[in-house]
Amino acid sequence: MAKVKGSIVIKIEQCKGCEVCVPTCPHEVIALSKNVNGKGYHYLEMVNDECTGCTNCAVVCPDAVITVYRVKKVL
Amino acid sequence: MENIPTTADIVKEENLVYKKTKVLTDNILSYCPGCGHGTAHRIIAEVIEEMGIQDKTIGIAPVGCSVLAYNFFDIDMQQAAHGRAPALATAIKRLLPDKFVFTYQGDGDLAAIGTAETIHACNRGDNFTIIFINNGIYGMTGGQMAPTTLPGMKSSTSPYGRDTQTMGNPLKITELVAQLPGTCYVTRQAVHTPGNVRKAKKALRLAFEYQGKNMGLSFVEIVSNCNSGWKMTPRNANEWMEDNMFPFYPLGDIKTPAKLEL
Repeated sequence: MAKVKGSIVIKIEQCKGCEVCVPTCPHEVIALSKNVNGKGYHYLEMVNDECTGCTNCAVVCPDAVITVYRVKKVL
Repeated sequence: MENIPTTADIVKEENLVYKKTKVLTDNILSYCPGCGHGTAHRIIAEVIEEMGIQDKTIGIAPVGCSVLAYNFFDIDMQQAAHGRAPALATAIKRLLPDKFVFTYQGDGDLAAIGTAETIHACNRGDNFTIIFINNGIYGMTGGQMAPTTLPGMKSSTSPYGRDTQTMGNPLKITELVAQLPGTCYVTRQAVHTPGNVRKAKKALRLAFEYQGKNMGLSFVEIVSNCNSGWKMTPRNANEWMEDNMFPFYPLGDIKTPAKLEL
């Protein structure tokens, strides 16, 4: 089955926990963590593996903390 | 099922689809969480990277929250006196006409103290780009009322809402400069959703392309939020902006050049 799979890498120490990206995710992959980073912000984390690498979260992130990877073809 | 890749298989250089542009430095942005300035900075930097003009772009930082913009862009930057960025941009563009020059200004800088410089630069039609971030408030100094504050909108100097009888009417400076013959491209965009960010990036790209063709001044307004000044969470501020700012400041192109071939 060909299914697009993606993943994101979050720079935890630069995330300010603004949550602007959370409603943009079509598969509810991302949410704020219960833990905080060095600045005291609840940082972003992946909560499931439904990510398709659509880049919506990275495009709206004001602090550019999200890097997106996508596997082009899975057999 | 053994073909389903794990995160470690996906996170590889050949699968990269989006990363932070190199035109932004590694400094952490000084803006509040959720501020539209960060997104606006990023799309400007992405446009500069895509056009390959990093070494011939000169940016002008204003006074306001974005006064430290020169710390975040990896390009030549100059900081101007309050409101005087269009005058400085005129000078730079006339002395170095092969460079790409843009000013990055807020509504207090561009529409209040710098109104004269803005209007005369737009009327002269100097070939540079003005990027105008409109959040309807003086964000850096504590949320005071700005010329662009909406009627009835609360700010720290209009705690019962802006009363247009005593405090005057909001200034739609983008519509105002669209009337002037010197401007070639005037548009209003937003950066709070992925779709709007992509449209705003296209508009910025067009603005820089028109500047490269010496077609006149291009003016891009970005309606943004100020969640600290509006006393809201970033998500609520974006919803409030959609419900209240966009009816008064409708998004879209206000003026486009007659010849659109690029």
